[in-house]
Amino acid sequence: MFPAAFDYRSPSTLEEALGVLAERGDDAKVMAGGQSLIPLLKLRFSQPQLILDIGRLPGMAEIKREDGHIRIGALVRHVDVERSSELAKHLPLMVEAVHWIADPLVRNRGTVVGSVCHADPSGDWGSIMLALNAELVAQSKSGERVIPIDGFFQGPFTTTLRPDEVATAIRIPLPTGPSGGSYHKLERKVGDFATVAVSVQIELDGRKVKKAGIGMTSVGATNLKAKQAEAGLAGRELTDDVIAEAARRAAAFAEPKDDIRGTAAYKKDVVRVFVQRGLKAALARAQEVKA
Amino acid sequence: MKVTMRVNGAERSGDVEPRVLLVDFLRTNLTLTGTHVGCDTTSCGACTVLLDGEPVKSCTLLAVQIEGRDIKTVEGLAQGATLAPIQIGFHEEHGLQCGFCTPGMMLVSEALLKRNPNPTDDEIRWAISGNICRCTGYMNIVKAVKHAAELQSQAAKAPAKQAAMAGGGE
Repeated sequence: MFPAAFDYRSPSTLEEALGVLAERGDDAKVMAGGQSLIPLLKLRFSQPQLILDIGRLPGMAEIKREDGHIRIGALVRHVDVERSSELAKHLPLMVEAVHWIADPLVRNRGTVVGSVCHADPSGDWGSIMLALNAELVAQSKSGERVIPIDGFFQGPFTTTLRPDEVATAIRIPLPTGPSGGSYHKLERKVGDFATVAVSVQIELDGRKVKKAGIGMTSVGATNLKAKQAEAGLAGRELTDDVIAEAARRAAAFAEPKDDIRGTAAYKKDVVRVFVQRGLKAALARAQEVKA
Repeated sequence: MKVTMRVNGAERSGDVEPRVLLVDFLRTNLTLTGTHVGCDTTSCGACTVLLDGEPVKSCTLLAVQIEGRDIKTVEGLAQGATLAPIQIGFHEEHGLQCGFCTPGMMLVSEALLKRNPNPTDDEIRWAISGNICRCTGYMNIVKAVKHAAELQSQAAKAPAKQAAMAGGGE
């Protein structure tokens, strides 16, 4: 299968890339690893006139610490997360989750930021970033903009990125206390999209929850942040009752649809179970690891 | 657009539309038909090649993205008449039935053994989890990779013997 014809640019500086987008952003699609975009082009679900390949931009393949955050550049691939000792130490949720994403071959090419910007409601990174309260860094000719992940997803494959912008990185706040996370994903086989997946991240202050993040995959028109469930956890000790209540709230908030992977009622129940398991796992990890 | 890349150690170039996929460039322009098109939807891994040593799906890359990069296909495994250890492994352990997935399986395994010369069964299964064998011959594929790992570790201990051993595939 071939995509429909397009023009192709692969600039070697960010300035040049932003210049192209300022002129032709409405007709263009930005490509990093291309592991979601190229399949869409081949099926002709997407037919942009211009592909702007950012794969040759310098300095974007780094995972680094900066002012209380971990910064993941736009060309950091899934496999880089898999091998990052920095992330294994500070945000092990990401390293656990990455093994559930696509398959090893796709992980060698696909990027974290590209995946978030692709905004597939069945994507994994979106819900992980919602749990971690990440923020996107976007650049355009008019400057830099930082976009909180909460609100970034507008609908299936739709975000608040403007046509003249390119996402250059995602920033994740570093935990300041004992923290733990977990990712639970139900999939039929390696490389399949999630039937349901739930990411959980908590930070403790003594025995009480200081911050909690819960993101959900494949149960709505976008990746969802289970805010009511999160709110019910803040300042509380994670007893079985508190955990069960958060799980109920998350399941009530989820809006899955019946499809080949299961019924909506079944998926809601999986959300409930995964939030419960996720919080218990995250708590156990937070208690054994000091930040 | 003109595109130039190293393929199996030699510089190759061609003039392609930007929409031409790497697998089609390899098969049509370079007539390297050992790289197979299976699903054409990023699911099966039959089109696996090594990009700068890492396995990737060549049906999900544009040829123009590979400008200046290094590609290894199944044709690049053997050195003349001397089979690579991974090829001997597949031969000795009968790691194939219809053979369609074999080029991809071997390249993925080759990359695995570079990173991890002595993988466990589980590690092998993880490494090939993006490659589908529709004959479901996975048991022998895992054995083949272990066989190749064993050959490589023997060769590392006694480098002079490797050539003789490898020639034994004929």
